[in-house]
Amino acid sequence: MTEASPAKPYALHLGVIALLFALSFVLPDYHHGLLARIMVLAVFAMGYNMLFGYVGLLSLGHAMFFSAGLYGAGLTVYHLGWNVPAAFAAGLACGALLALVIGLLALRTTGVAFMIVTMMFAQVFYLVILYFASWTGGDQGLVVQQAARVLVLGSASLDLTNPTVRYMSALALFSIVLLITLAIVRSRYGRVLVAIRENEERTKMLGYDTFSNKLIAVVVSGTICAASGAAYALLFGYVGSSFASVQYSILPLLWVLLGGAATTLGPLIGTLFMYYVIDITSGFTSAYLLIVGIALILLVLFFPKGILGSIRQRWLGWLP
Amino acid sequence: MMPLLTTKGLSRSFGGLRAVDGVDFALMPGEIRAVIGPNGAGKTTFVSLVSGRIQPSSGMIVFDGADITNLPAYARVRLGVAYTFQITSVFANLSAYDNVALPVQRTLTDGRSKGAVRTGVMAALERTGLAARAHMPAGQLSYGHQRLLEVAMGLALKPRLLILDEPTQGLADSEIDNFIQLVREIAKSATVLLIEHNMPVIMQLADRITVFNAGKILAEGTPKAIRENAEVQQAYLGTTP
Repeated sequence: MTEASPAKPYALHLGVIALLFALSFVLPDYHHGLLARIMVLAVFAMGYNMLFGYVGLLSLGHAMFFSAGLYGAGLTVYHLGWNVPAAFAAGLACGALLALVIGLLALRTTGVAFMIVTMMFAQVFYLVILYFASWTGGDQGLVVQQAARVLVLGSASLDLTNPTVRYMSALALFSIVLLITLAIVRSRYGRVLVAIRENEERTKMLGYDTFSNKLIAVVVSGTICAASGAAYALLFGYVGSSFASVQYSILPLLWVLLGGAATTLGPLIGTLFMYYVIDITSGFTSAYLLIVGIALILLVLFFPKGILGSIRQRWLGWLP
Repeated sequence: MMPLLTTKGLSRSFGGLRAVDGVDFALMPGEIRAVIGPNGAGKTTFVSLVSGRIQPSSGMIVFDGADITNLPAYARVRLGVAYTFQITSVFANLSAYDNVALPVQRTLTDGRSKGAVRTGVMAALERTGLAARAHMPAGQLSYGHQRLLEVAMGLALKPRLLILDEPTQGLADSEIDNFIQLVREIAKSATVLLIEHNMPVIMQLADRITVFNAGKILAEGTPKAIRENAEVQQAYLGTTP
């Protein structure tokens, strides 16, 4: 935030991307597939973090933005036979438009009211999906066929169901979003967002139209979450209403809190941590949620700002 | 000469209380004007109306010839009305540098001028004597320095009218002397509207004084005239038996 030398943060982020790239060649199949999924969902968490971490707006309705992307891409492929890039763009557009409308309405409130309003809109979105079950598949969901999930680039075609292609596509999306968020939070706009989080009244008195700035942040956040949803539909082939349920509004909050709110890499760390704690503990006992709960409590006790947030506070002040 | 700021019949009620009651006020460019009055006289409400933090119940505010009564606060700031808070409200978790960078970057129209932000920020910090503390979190600065940072943020907005709400509150005597110098310096490029309780500060700084009482302007004049005004003495000291 201090216009210091950008070398360190960029080196770190490129290093993380390089590490994820290298992992593709060494991970066993199971972890390879899991990590691809985690990267896509980490994009969801990064979108959430943009609004929650940097602007300080706690939304409980981000499942609707994820599912706007999921259904925007899934339905256009399934019913209209659109190709992969067009469907992905449709997902993004749905998320951006929805975020614009929801932002205009929900930003009239703050704090607890904002949480409730966003949650209610997300519930409406969820019920609409169930209501139009003849198109959306209702609570059964839709499976996007393998033949429709081929990315044609000139003469080459990439089968997104192939594990390596899927992993690299997930990594590409993750890397782009990571670098975009890094650029945003280090920019002047990022500084304004943090100022709004810290003291909105004061920010207004410095001449900033805080409503417009927050609205832009909601749209950026919603679009990133929609990108995650659209990628999920195209890479994993399943479009289901459970992704629009309130559980998927709370999960990104949890991932971000675990990894560290207002840190660029926190969402990845949080998503990774949560997935692997569940994965490892469920191998030992059926009561794995008990252990997950204890792990979460310990984390809150000893790392109240999340894993990366606490590391930044104690050791690495330059972390973005 | 045309006044920089005029209010006509400006009023604001909170429930039954008329905090500001039909105030007609004019401020000339380049002036240092002090606003004084007993607690609850409506001084802070008055400047909040001018800065746009609260909306008037009735009346009109004209800044530099334009009616700004219905403009939101941020738009008034862009026109050049800057307000520094009575209760220090710097961004405690951001560095002093970032605190000042926020107003500086807003006044720059060229979006690619990274060097210009740094130059502008450091200039404002130099002027207030905070340059050496640029990278400290604002919340860790001493109270006096936080007040100065608040002024630096106001300065960085390049205001035409700078409203200072009790700026010397909580400052040590030595800091007050520096502060008086600073305000004189600011007044060379901006009009200053100053709410203040510290009489020696007012007597040294103000060109004119406006006295508020019970939401109305009780008196207005030079420091000397105000000091000798019987009504003012009564308002401050109570009725003589």
